[in-house]
Parts: sequence; structure tokens; C-alpha cells
Amino acid sequence: MAEPILQVKNVETYYDKVRALHGVSLEIAAGSITAILGNNGAGKTTTLNTIIGLLDDQPDKGTIHFCGERIDGKETEQIVARGMAYVPEGREVFDELTVKENLMVGAYLRKDRQGIKSDLEKMFHFFPVLKDRINQHAGTLSGGEQQMLAISRALMNRPKLLLMDEPSLGLSPALVKMIFNIIPSIRAEGITVLLVEQNANMALKIADFGYVMENGRFVTSGTAQDLQADEDVKEFYLGIKAETAVKGEQRYKRKRRWA
Amino acid sequence: MLGQLIVSSLVVGSIYALMALAMSITYKASEVPNFSQGEMAMMSTYVTFVLLSSFGLSFYPAMLLTVGFAFLLGLILEFFFLRRAKNPTPLNLIVITIGFQLMLYGLAGWKWGSEQRQINLPFSESKVIVQNDVFALTELNLATLVIAFIVLLVIYLLIQKTKLGLAMKACQQNVNASKMNGISAYRIMAISFGISSIVGAIAGVLVAPLLTLDPSMMWDPLLKGFAAAVLGGMKSLHGVVIGGLLLGLIENLFGFYISIEFKSVVAFAIIVLVLYFKPSGLFDKHYVRKV
Repeated sequence: MAEPILQVKNVETYYDKVRALHGVSLEIAAGSITAILGNNGAGKTTTLNTIIGLLDDQPDKGTIHFCGERIDGKETEQIVARGMAYVPEGREVFDELTVKENLMVGAYLRKDRQGIKSDLEKMFHFFPVLKDRINQHAGTLSGGEQQMLAISRALMNRPKLLLMDEPSLGLSPALVKMIFNIIPSIRAEGITVLLVEQNANMALKIADFGYVMENGRFVTSGTAQDLQADEDVKEFYLGIKAETAVKGEQRYKRKRRWA
Repeated sequence: MLGQLIVSSLVVGSIYALMALAMSITYKASEVPNFSQGEMAMMSTYVTFVLLSSFGLSFYPAMLLTVGFAFLLGLILEFFFLRRAKNPTPLNLIVITIGFQLMLYGLAGWKWGSEQRQINLPFSESKVIVQNDVFALTELNLATLVIAFIVLLVIYLLIQKTKLGLAMKACQQNVNASKMNGISAYRIMAISFGISSIVGAIAGVLVAPLLTLDPSMMWDPLLKGFAAAVLGGMKSLHGVVIGGLLLGLIENLFGFYISIEFKSVVAFAIIVLVLYFKPSGLFDKHYVRKV
């Protein structure tokens, strides 16, 4: 693998005295789509929050390198200025700013007016509905529109690496499909994507590489094809029954290797 | 008589509006009503006084320096006092602002004493500029109205039209999301305190000739400004301005028609009434978070 765009090594993150990440390591190749899968509370969001520096004084141990530069311990805004963008869980758009203002906040660090203008057009091309709502307060948008806005806002910073936390959360299947169709187009723009998802099925379809997280550790990883073929991943995340008992009920008798 | 009442209400109301606006800018940024606002304005007014009387500067350069001093004072409060608090709750921060207030009060008392002084602005208090059947307006009144209007306009443009204003609004709504977009929330917070301190300082200089310059001169204007801000809705910038003007009007009408003794109580009755019936203030609109 060439020099990874993001390299996380043995990161441990604490919430007060509770350790949430127990030595997480991860490498992301430039130009790839990487998915982190896992259940509620596995530590996926914590991993992203640690990378982007939103947790004070964390990570406690370990290093994070972005484009060859060490970024752990830096302020979020400094990390963002180096070319990372974040689509947070629950969207976190600015409710009382208009759609346009939200997008302009996304372009806060940029000075090239022409580039900002053409990027705005590009976002409206990705998500035409945002153009119709341009002067509406973001708080009045539907959940799906807010998600589109959050993605566009992150892209307005022209990031090298885009972190996405559960973009499918709370959206209708049609919208989920649409969001997941957009992600490869984002990659086509030359942006590396790190995607956190519970919807393993959808995520592995578009990802190149995947990590499975459980209880604050990565328990398995591999290319998307390998993971889709993996028996455990199939059974526990993709919902494909491994075997059926005589009475036709599923029996979870197989032991997970990593429990 | 009514015309005169309304005009003088507008004059005093515009000072309340400035104090309320100053309170509101920091409240929106930090969720903390800054109770040292008044003392910060008082210090700045003393700076103007010293520049005018001891250094013999003329009014406008003195004002310019005062604005610079006020901005710095705001930065100092945020940087050295509020930012240092560890995992603060709003209550902790309020107590810090009260501590800062007492510090400034003590400092001013030590430096200038409690002696009452007269500040000399280039606007005369006795020279009547406009006089007709309905009302009369002194030079100082007119200057107060004009300067207050200019300050309000500048603040409005700053917040609505500039990138700094956008970043301020973003931080007010969601600090984490602002950081994610590369906004340094601390810096914006410090600048918000600086700007609000400037607004307060201008109110202080304008109100000083009406009162006398002493360390406790801003107590009353601060509390009135606070009442105005509560009336208009702490989080609505145009709301607090209207609240200020409205408070000036209510107070004056009450004082004239009902009871002059109880005039200064009106403001506090308004705080109570607003909190009873419409806690968010008259003009504040906000989205209630679902879920």
C-alpha cells in the first residue's frame, strides 16, 4: 500500500475513566472508500470523533497521522484546515441559518470566491432540492434534506478526506439509496471517504475496504468482497442465516471467533 | 407633553438598547448573561474621561482609543477568566462574570475613588437643537440617538453581512458543528466579548453626562439593559433593541402618568412579568428541538 492518507495507530480513548477504544489501528488508502461497521455502542462514532479531535484531551494513547502529519491532540479546526471534513451523526446542520449560509459556513476556511461559487453549483447539481430551499432555514428541512445539506456543507471545504457518520440514519430506503449513490461520485472527485455505518449491506456494496468493530476494538477487517463472503459478518451483520435448525428456527450455535 | 415624553423615552431607550444589545451578543455566544458588562463599560468610560481631561485629547480620537480599550477588556475577560474555567456550567461562568465585575469595581474605586466626576463631551446638554410645539431636543440627545443608531446599524451589518458575523451565528447555534467547519470557536467567543464590550462602552460614554461619573454609575443602566433584553428576548438582536426602546417608553410614561417614585421599579416588574408569561421574550423565535 502506498503512503496511507490516514493512519491511526493503537489509539485509546477514554470517557472520564471508562476506556471506550482499546487500541484501535486503521489505515486508509488515498482515493478509497473505507467502511467501519459495527453495532450500537461499538465505538464507531468515538473513533471518528477521536480522529477529528472533538474529544478534549483524547486520544489518551496512540498516534494519528493525516497526510504524513501527526494530528492527534490538535484542535478540530486545525485538523479541518488540513483537509478533513466531517458529516456528523444526526447531521448537526445550523437550524437557524439558511441553506446558503450553512454552505457558506462549510466554505469558511476558503478565500477563493470563484471556487466557492462553482462548488455551490456543484452541490446543487448533486442535490437539486437544496437549490429550491436555498433561502429556507435549515431547521425547516426534512431529515433527508438536512443530511444532503450536511454532506454538501462538508464538501464545501474541498476536503481530502471525508468522514461520514451513519449517513443513512433515520432515512427512508429511497433516500438511503440516493445517499449511497452519491458516495462513489464523491470519491470520483478525488475525495477519500471513511464511512461509519450500521447498514453493513449498503456500506459493503460501495466500499473498497471494511473494518468490523465491536466493544471498542476492530475484530476483523478486509476488502469489501472478503467481508461480504465472511461467515461471521454474513451472519451477524448482513442478516444471512448460516444454518437452519430442523424445526426451521434459527439457532445461534456457532460461536463467534472474536467474542 | 406626550411628544416630549416619547422623544426623551427614545433617547434613554436607545441607551438601554445598546446595553441590552451588548448583553445579548455575549449571551447568544456563551449562554451566559455577562453581569460585568456594566463595570466594563464604566472602566471604558473612565478611560475616555482620562483621555479627555488628563491627556487633553479631542473627543473622536479619545473615542477611538476607548473602543480599542473596550475590545481588549472583552478579550481579557474571555481569555483569562472564562476560558480558564474547567468544564464550566453556565452558573459557574455567571459567577465568574460577577467576580470580574467586583474586581473592576474595586479597581476603579482604588484608581479614581468614589468621587463623582463630570465628563465633558463635545455635545452640550443644555443647547437645544430642535424645538417645536411637540418636543425639544438637546444637542446631547440628538448625538445619543445618532450614535446609538450608527452602532446598531454597524452591528447589524457585521452580523448579517460579514463572514465573521456568519461564524458568530454558527457558533451560537452549534459549537461542535462550527469546529467541524474550521471555525475556531474560542476565537469567535473572544471576539464576541470584545464587540459587546465596545457596544457597552459607547453606551457608558453616552450615559455618563446624564449621570455622574463614578464607579457605580453603570449599575442602573446595566439592570435596565438586562430588563430590556429579557423583554425583547435575550437571543433576538432586533428584539433586544426594540425591548430597550419599549422599556424607555414604558418607564417614562409610567413615571409621568402614574408614579414618579416607582419609575425605576417598572423595569424589574417587567422582568418578572415577562418571565411569567413569555420567558423567551417578545421577539425571540427559536426552533424547539424535536426528539
